[in-house]
Amino acid sequence: MRRLYGPAGWSAIGAAVLVMAILPHFLSSYWVTLIGKIMCYAIVAVALDLIWGYCGILSLGHGLFFALGGYAMGMYLMRQIGREGQYQSDLPDFMVFLDWKSFPWQWWNSDHFGWCALLVVVVPGLLAFAFGYLAFRSRVKGVYFSIITQALTFAAMLLFFRNATGFGGNNGFTDFKRILGFTVTSPETRAALFMVTGATLLGTLLLARWIVTSKLGRVLTAIRDAESRASFCGYNTVHYKVAVFTLSAVICGIAGALYVPQVGIINPSEMSPANSIEIAIWVAVGGRGTLIGPILGAGVVNGAKSFFTQAFPEYWLYFLGAIFILATLFLPQGIAGLAQKLGRGRA
Amino acid sequence: MSISAAVASESGGLGRVASGELDTTHGAVLYLEDISVSFDGFKALNRLSLSIDVGELRCVIGPNGAGKTTMMDVITGKTRPDEGSAFFGQTIDLAKLTEAEIAHAGIGRKFQKPTIFENHSAFENLELAMKADKRVRTTLFARLSGADRDRIAEMLRTIRLADAADRTAGLLSHGQKQWLEIGMLLMQEPRLLLLDEPVAGMSDEETERTAELFLSLAGRHSLVVVEHDMAFIAKIARKVTVLHEGSVLAEGPMAQVQADPRVIEVYLGR
Amino acid sequence: MAWRWERAAIAALLVCVAAPAAAIDKDAVAKLGFGDSDEKIAAMGALVKEGDPRAIEVLKALADGNLQTAGERVFIQRDDDVLDAVTGEKVESPPEDRDDVVANNRIRAAVGDALAGLRILSPERAKRLAAAKELTGGADPAMLPLLQRALAAEKDPEIRSLLEVATAAMELKTGDKAQRLAAIRRLGASTSPASRTMLAAAANAPDADPEVRAEATKSLAAVEGRLAWGERLGLAFAGVSLGSILLLAALGLAITYGLMGVINMAHGELIMIGAYTTYVVQNLFRAWAPGAFDWYVLAAVPASFAVSAAVGMLLERLVIRWLYGRPLETLLATWGISLVLIQTVRTIFGAQNVQVENPAFMSGGVQALSNLVLPWNRIVIIFFAAAVLVAMGLLLSRTRLGLFVRGVTQNRAMASCVGVPTARVDTYAFGLGSGIAGLAGCALSQLGNVGPDLGQGYIVDSFMVVVFGGVGQLAGTVYAALTLGFANKLLEDWSGAVIAKIAVLVFIIIFIQRRPQGMFALKGRAVEA
Repeated sequence: MRRLYGPAGWSAIGAAVLVMAILPHFLSSYWVTLIGKIMCYAIVAVALDLIWGYCGILSLGHGLFFALGGYAMGMYLMRQIGREGQYQSDLPDFMVFLDWKSFPWQWWNSDHFGWCALLVVVVPGLLAFAFGYLAFRSRVKGVYFSIITQALTFAAMLLFFRNATGFGGNNGFTDFKRILGFTVTSPETRAALFMVTGATLLGTLLLARWIVTSKLGRVLTAIRDAESRASFCGYNTVHYKVAVFTLSAVICGIAGALYVPQVGIINPSEMSPANSIEIAIWVAVGGRGTLIGPILGAGVVNGAKSFFTQAFPEYWLYFLGAIFILATLFLPQGIAGLAQKLGRGRA
Repeated sequence: MSISAAVASESGGLGRVASGELDTTHGAVLYLEDISVSFDGFKALNRLSLSIDVGELRCVIGPNGAGKTTMMDVITGKTRPDEGSAFFGQTIDLAKLTEAEIAHAGIGRKFQKPTIFENHSAFENLELAMKADKRVRTTLFARLSGADRDRIAEMLRTIRLADAADRTAGLLSHGQKQWLEIGMLLMQEPRLLLLDEPVAGMSDEETERTAELFLSLAGRHSLVVVEHDMAFIAKIARKVTVLHEGSVLAEGPMAQVQADPRVIEVYLGR
Repeated sequence: MAWRWERAAIAALLVCVAAPAAAIDKDAVAKLGFGDSDEKIAAMGALVKEGDPRAIEVLKALADGNLQTAGERVFIQRDDDVLDAVTGEKVESPPEDRDDVVANNRIRAAVGDALAGLRILSPERAKRLAAAKELTGGADPAMLPLLQRALAAEKDPEIRSLLEVATAAMELKTGDKAQRLAAIRRLGASTSPASRTMLAAAANAPDADPEVRAEATKSLAAVEGRLAWGERLGLAFAGVSLGSILLLAALGLAITYGLMGVINMAHGELIMIGAYTTYVVQNLFRAWAPGAFDWYVLAAVPASFAVSAAVGMLLERLVIRWLYGRPLETLLATWGISLVLIQTVRTIFGAQNVQVENPAFMSGGVQALSNLVLPWNRIVIIFFAAAVLVAMGLLLSRTRLGLFVRGVTQNRAMASCVGVPTARVDTYAFGLGSGIAGLAGCALSQLGNVGPDLGQGYIVDSFMVVVFGGVGQLAGTVYAALTLGFANKLLEDWSGAVIAKIAVLVFIIIFIQRRPQGMFALKGRAVEA
């Protein structure tokens, strides 16, 4: 069995797990939710690093998969509101408002957690599989691929903005009451979601690490560095790219599903092209191709966002824009790369 | 004709052709007959006919524009001939297979510019090239067996990179990169190797060692080497083919070709 | 229709309109001032019966809340002046405490009808036209005889057609069968969209006479045939207009991407800067040369080009040139720049939209057909886009810079070898592309709102045009822009704006996968960065 991490790595992970386990007891609801949310973003960042850092595929539409997972969970949560909505009906408020009499087809079975959990995985996965297969088979690469992923998420956002699509239009889903019988907003539920998110983050990290240290990982980086050479060696590069792209999308969907009960709302702006570009900057700032780096990047950038939007809201965009520019110009390896260089310098 | 070869010809080249079905009972590993290719009116290959024997080390020379690279493109399936036929062994019709299928059938090509995986070590480069089941799932769970390690070690020795096994390939010298690429080609166990200017940019010593390598490979493999370096050709060539304006101008041992007045007029001019 | 009987009463009285008298009926005015609602409405009828156009002023004042009483007299408040309601003359020293005459909705509706009735016989064409339009929108059928009289006296063709529709509408409702059939036939010859609505109602009325319905269906088909042309042309025009806008927006991007492989995510913001420059120029003209206000556009065009080009060249020198050869990083860095630019503009000009007015020669439109109005601003912009395209084409094919740009696009290394100063060509080309974006912004400012987020709405569209059209040839951009413009409008007509946009995006996603180099790519140019 190959080593995923050395002793130093495992100790760091162990320490982080310990801290995460006791943190909810000491922090207020606000902080628990905020950190939980950032951890969801970190999961997405790892997923993007897997395809971008290790396989050279820059998807600027990953926010879409995140949002789709979120909507799938959102459907379940909306059903769990039961009759406690404004209109006291079996149908969610927005449907009553639109004068609909029954659930649209996509809501079938959405009151069962198991079914929605399945949707969380299957919907982003299928979309990624189909889209990726078509794109990679036609040898669409580089910036063109990034542009069409932007177009995809933009089109989806427009679709979800329509009331007729049946997902709450531009208001989306909100006002959740219960999840699996527990009150969504209670401290215990928040803590539980926090733990689950933390565990998922850890699981995602270990899974990604396992993949990149396997022969498959080496093939992925080979495809990134010299795709035609890899193809020449006999690897069907389309299959590999589709496989890792689909996996990455499924991970994002799961992250979205964990995100929604914690923040209490999902709406089409999660699919905005800008959101997906921000995900790329978390990975770039943290350090592409390192897995840990993107987790850091997601933490740093979102932490800064939280701080700025409260303290100096007019400056947030300047700061974010500056991060984009400075990170690409001066920090091509990201924070993790910088740390590595400093570590090597000292040794 | 063997049964498997019969199956191969029946399937019309649509399915995967495993290299075990190569039929060389007649002694030739490659037949090109009256191949013609034109691009936008320019005739790159003009009724080219060539045959390579099993285990042979053939050198192909010719001035620029003679059609050497186009000939290789036709063999590997990158370009389809307008006329003529190309056979790998008795039965494998190259014009009907895709590039990947041809590579799979046992023809390996080394391009002029070394393309290796710069961020992987030499060992990993060979590991990736190694003949194996290359599907996604299998690759995920693949483990290197002891036998595999031995084969890679053996290959590293053959290409004189045994002590650079763990060095990142991007840091190797130009000549070493060329050998690594040849090594990667050999890991796929090809029956026929096409080498396009393999010693371009190498030092004299590296050129010398490359010649030794090729001579050791001939016999087990068949090689076609396209080169401009006459000293190198002289070292390795038994039979030389001269191409000119898309067809064979002269063919024979080096001395005979060098003395041929047509060749002198067109190319050598020494 | 609300307050039916009051309006009927007025209508009945309108029928008996006589020639204008010397002064308006005092009693009627008094009733308007002091009477209850019923008396007011009766008074209105009396005024209309008189037919004096001065009554219009009084009635308007009543509806607007400008009618006042003091003692026994009735006044009209017009701006700062106070007029006597009966004579219409200004009162020098009006009484201080005047009471307002209250008008509720019922009164106002009645006033509306009365005014229309008075105006339909006004000597001024504009008033008659306005009144005719109002009456076509729906009036009490009791007004029919009045309208028929007006129609008999009317000579102006535009007003005649409106009156015909109005009278036909009334006859449809109230006439006997022969009258209805005649009305339907008359409507069948018209080209107004209003007649279509009426004929459709008549054709589908479930309890009507089958002969009437058949006739209505026939007439409906005739009218729809005539109107269809207007609709088709309108669609075509909208497609060309959108295409011209997309062309302007995407042309600059095609140049920078074609030349340097730079996907400039701040392109939208360069468009936005051009629009804001136009706004600033407009304000300067308003402040310093108000008489020549309409000519501000002529100054704004070079100004927006210059400002956006300058910003673009600055970006190229400071940021983009360091990322040459790393297109994905360039994409991210330029996205960051776009955020900074948006926020800067927001800080300077505020987050709200700013007002940019069309100059007079670009306002309004030309009425091509009865149901087709072509706005002047869009027409001007189509020509503008064509002019920019021609200028670009000439610049690229006839000038030295153009030659260098083409050379570097096709083979950078070779161009550098033969002495082309590639770094400077990059800067100039980027400036050129950005300048064109500025021109697009100037054009957009004439069409719609100008706000900090203006560019964001066009960035995806611009990319789609470039990706679809292929890179390296202007022709590709032109065809792509026009095709997407048309496709968008056609689909919009068929299924609504949102679905249209989604369909176009999906189409391009699929197209790119089939033909990755776009419609017209320079041979041998790969899609990968």
